[in-house]
Amino acid sequence: MGILVDKNTHVIVQGITGTQGSFHTKLMLEYGTKIVAGVTPGKGGTQIHSIPVYDTVEAALEKHAANASIIFVPAPFAADATLEALESRIRIIVTITEHIPIRDAVYVMKFAEQVNATVIGPNTPGIVTPGECKLGIMPAHIFKPGSVGIVSRSGTLTYEIAASLTRSGLGQSTCLGLGGDPITGLDFVEILRMFEKDHQTKAVVLIGEIGGNLEELTAKYIIEQSYPKPVVAFIAGRFAPPGKRMGHAGAIIMGKAGTAESKIEALRSAGVRVAEKPCDVARLVARLLNV
Amino acid sequence: MKLFEYEAKAILTKYGIPTPKGGLVTKASQTREIATKLRSPFAIKAQVLVAGRGKAGGILFADSVPDAEKAARKLFNMRIKGMLVRNVWIEEKIRIKKELYFGVTIDRVNQSHVAIASAVGGLEIEEIAAEAPEKVIKLLINPQHGFHSFHARQLARKIGYSGSQLSVLGKIFERLYSVGMDYDAELIEMNPIVEACDGKFVAADARMIIDDNALFRHQQYQKRLLEGESELTQQELSAIRNNLAYVKLDGNIGVIGNGAGLVMATLDTIQYYDGRPANFLDVGGGATSKKMAVALKIVLSDPNVKALFINILGGITRCDEVALGILEAKDKVGVVKPMVIRLVGTNEEEGKRILTEAGIHVLESMEEAARKVVEISK
Repeated sequence: MGILVDKNTHVIVQGITGTQGSFHTKLMLEYGTKIVAGVTPGKGGTQIHSIPVYDTVEAALEKHAANASIIFVPAPFAADATLEALESRIRIIVTITEHIPIRDAVYVMKFAEQVNATVIGPNTPGIVTPGECKLGIMPAHIFKPGSVGIVSRSGTLTYEIAASLTRSGLGQSTCLGLGGDPITGLDFVEILRMFEKDHQTKAVVLIGEIGGNLEELTAKYIIEQSYPKPVVAFIAGRFAPPGKRMGHAGAIIMGKAGTAESKIEALRSAGVRVAEKPCDVARLVARLLNV
Repeated sequence: MKLFEYEAKAILTKYGIPTPKGGLVTKASQTREIATKLRSPFAIKAQVLVAGRGKAGGILFADSVPDAEKAARKLFNMRIKGMLVRNVWIEEKIRIKKELYFGVTIDRVNQSHVAIASAVGGLEIEEIAAEAPEKVIKLLINPQHGFHSFHARQLARKIGYSGSQLSVLGKIFERLYSVGMDYDAELIEMNPIVEACDGKFVAADARMIIDDNALFRHQQYQKRLLEGESELTQQELSAIRNNLAYVKLDGNIGVIGNGAGLVMATLDTIQYYDGRPANFLDVGGGATSKKMAVALKIVLSDPNVKALFINILGGITRCDEVALGILEAKDKVGVVKPMVIRLVGTNEEEGKRILTEAGIHVLESMEEAARKVVEISK
């Protein structure tokens, strides 16, 4: 169970021969992720960690069945790689690559929406359904199977919170990062919807940050839908100064918009428990789940 | 990356968008030569990359060449919102009938470009939207179809034009959209685009921000950014050159971490315990020892820093590399300020061993480390 990826997910790795692609293919294989093929233009016919490499996604799919792809291709070519996967009817795509030009990302996301595909990222640590499938670059040992769903706009902060949940005996159903680029394929609301339908998920942890209004829209959704599962949130950037980009392209306060204050207030008024510090999240979840 | 008005206007001109005739002055003494080629009255405009330049006194007017020179001299001696004026743009002043707004930017919620037009221009578009929301017309652009002539005409009509003026204005909107796409602009705006007393349209001001992620397609600007002609501090430049995200803050605790969210949460935790961070510095994923050393150098070059907090959660980043970087920096930069280090994740044991053997204490909990560094900084 969990959402989007599980033990039936069969994966191709685009950009498998690069440093990151090859390194993380090894780690994903060790985790038990079912990687069936890799793609790197010009490297067709070779092998990486015993996984056959093809020149195109089309060629890989002539020999293997796959329903997901993970992309490590450099930013200038990442849009091309994503479109290639989409045209080959792959419907779950995890784009690890960061800093994809906005114009490219806008085009890709429009196409993904039309064909009903899910793009996680870009600039995401990926997605993991503990014990079943890891499609990403997150350290494996900090997760364990359980009933908390985690959705985040951050990478390492997600690890911080996942690790503290695990230490407190709270395992996870699925954990994923939306991505730090300005245009991403998913938002919090879409993931909340999926977690609602997932029987394994009993509570949701939402990790947001300054910039944009995704958290406010999520609060609105939680109120409108009387969201049935408990939600705990942490928002990073309470003390960030306005007008300065805090690392992520999206993490910027413009005037009054995008402040942590506004997000925390919106979420609290929707009944979400908002943690003061990352380490407080586990305590709040435990209390809500009565464990 | 922000472009200066004169750079943006040069591009608009290339695309056939009318802009006032003008010239760039790098020293006040050049003003006469440029101004005599133009028709008076003149607008004299400081070239700085801050919004609200007009209100801050960065735009002056003059009726004669000597007055223009005086105005230019005044601007060169000014700082506008802290920015030095390095260049001044002089142009023919337009006789304004009406100020309009047109721009193209990114709508992040709808994940698309959006064209924005308004019959009220000259103010920041947010102010216009706050004052007269009904006068701000937005059109989401489908990336598969782009922004067509009919879209441009629809917008021109909605801000009150008809007949031949509608066609002319529509053409200008269309051209601005092309500039935006060709240059990967995350924002491009003519604010104001002016309807002059003779009924013609002129882009009186132009603002353009190129998507940093697309700079590889626009080498000429990438080069300029790195040549330091832009408005960056030495620390910021050094950070960009080394692929680090650095933001200066006004406290006394230097912060280095990996991952934007984690670093932001670190700043928050420091402030939670009543400490004051001196900066935000994200070394990113997979930082090498060399990169760590550069990061330390940047943070320590801030004289306000009294203590350092290094918070690393290793995923792709390896703790042993981080440890080596810290030692390398310690040797090279001669770190004499107290450091609090929190190091967990990939190759944690090896990283801890390296630091402990060098006499540096390593903590495991972020909260504990934050409390400790705040204590030291007081």
